[in-house]
Amino acid sequence: MNGIHDMGGLHGFGEVEVEKNEPVFHARWERRVFGIVQVAGGNIDAGRHSIERLDPVTYLAHGYYGRWLGAIERRLLESGVVTREEIAARARSAVPERSRGAPVGNRASWRPASASYARELTVEPAFRAGQSVTTRNHQPAGHTRLPAYARCRRGVVQRVHSAMVFPDDHAHGRGENPQYLYTVGFDGHELWGADAERGTVVYLDLFESYLVPSAAT
Amino acid sequence: MGGHHHDSDDHGARDIAVRVEAIESLLAEKGLVDPATIDEIVRYYEEDVGPLNGARVVARAWIDSGYKERLLNNATAAIAELGFGGPAGEHMVVVENTPTVHNVVVCTLCSCYPWPVLGLPPTWYKSPAYRSRIVREPRRVLAELGLPLPDECDVRVWDSSAEVRYLVLPQRPAGTASWREEELAALVTRDSMIGTATPRPPDEPEHRE
Repeated sequence: MNGIHDMGGLHGFGEVEVEKNEPVFHARWERRVFGIVQVAGGNIDAGRHSIERLDPVTYLAHGYYGRWLGAIERRLLESGVVTREEIAARARSAVPERSRGAPVGNRASWRPASASYARELTVEPAFRAGQSVTTRNHQPAGHTRLPAYARCRRGVVQRVHSAMVFPDDHAHGRGENPQYLYTVGFDGHELWGADAERGTVVYLDLFESYLVPSAAT
Repeated sequence: MGGHHHDSDDHGARDIAVRVEAIESLLAEKGLVDPATIDEIVRYYEEDVGPLNGARVVARAWIDSGYKERLLNNATAAIAELGFGGPAGEHMVVVENTPTVHNVVVCTLCSCYPWPVLGLPPTWYKSPAYRSRIVREPRRVLAELGLPLPDECDVRVWDSSAEVRYLVLPQRPAGTASWREEELAALVTRDSMIGTATPRPPDEPEHRE
């Protein structure tokens, strides 16, 4: 979708501000939101899309974990797991920063589970390393991982990956529909025109259906 | 934009904290989350995982050419040799800096980041300023961050637009030929593995243990 999340190349955001000695989290609620999403967030593609669907003002104003909170809340409401009334009623009796006591010391430590996105396909990749490809004018209203700045641009396949779960479908419950993934390099001038800095190449990881062979020149 | 979120007024922050407590307690009641598990997840990402993991990978690559070759050919497997893996690290690619090539990593669409080797990303990496600008004007952004690049050095920007996660292998600092692996790892900063900095110079005394 053409949303504020698709930030590559936008102007106007100013300098990158760096916080010295930044902690991993800035508030207890950020810790809890992070953990809730790890446990109950469900499929990563639908999760990302729920962040993209936040209104642009919320997206910009609420910060990273604020977006996570808005997105997980929205998904829980949409799936009927909780209702707005339940949250409001519970919030009236909830105590923020409630202490739960010290963590139990002898519990086996939690370790994250790895989940590969790679899938086997019986067909061969359509493109090979070194091949010139052009991105489609692909701008669905739903989720996609083709950024706007890289649409209709010509690049060169740098690496052919295995097939992977296709986010544009997986985010919308249409199945995994795996496709080959390619790392494609785009010259700065192809992306940014005459203003591009010299000697820059931007690489993106793009799914096969985002790409067509470049026309012979 | 950038820096902190804008919910820092006390009232807004309290509202958010209460809302999160309400959601967690409802999900716990419905059996969908266990608060003790959330404690453990948070502890894991605050204490067990961070840039020290990536620094160990880099230092090993600096002293062991066989490891470096495996790392550049199949980063996921080479990183797993040191015991690191998990969410946001299932499909790793390591890109090597040289005197003529500098690599820098971003995710313009969200804030994808190689958690098992770097931990959770800093706020600046997630900021609209970094995400919008590093793909368009990487030299200018890097210079602003204190890393001016010579003209003869090309810039490669890796926009993590799928499930591949990138780690930069910085150049080994000069003057470290006799250093041991653990000493080298202490020079490798988080930002040098994102590509917005270079490793600490070996003559910075506070970093020489």
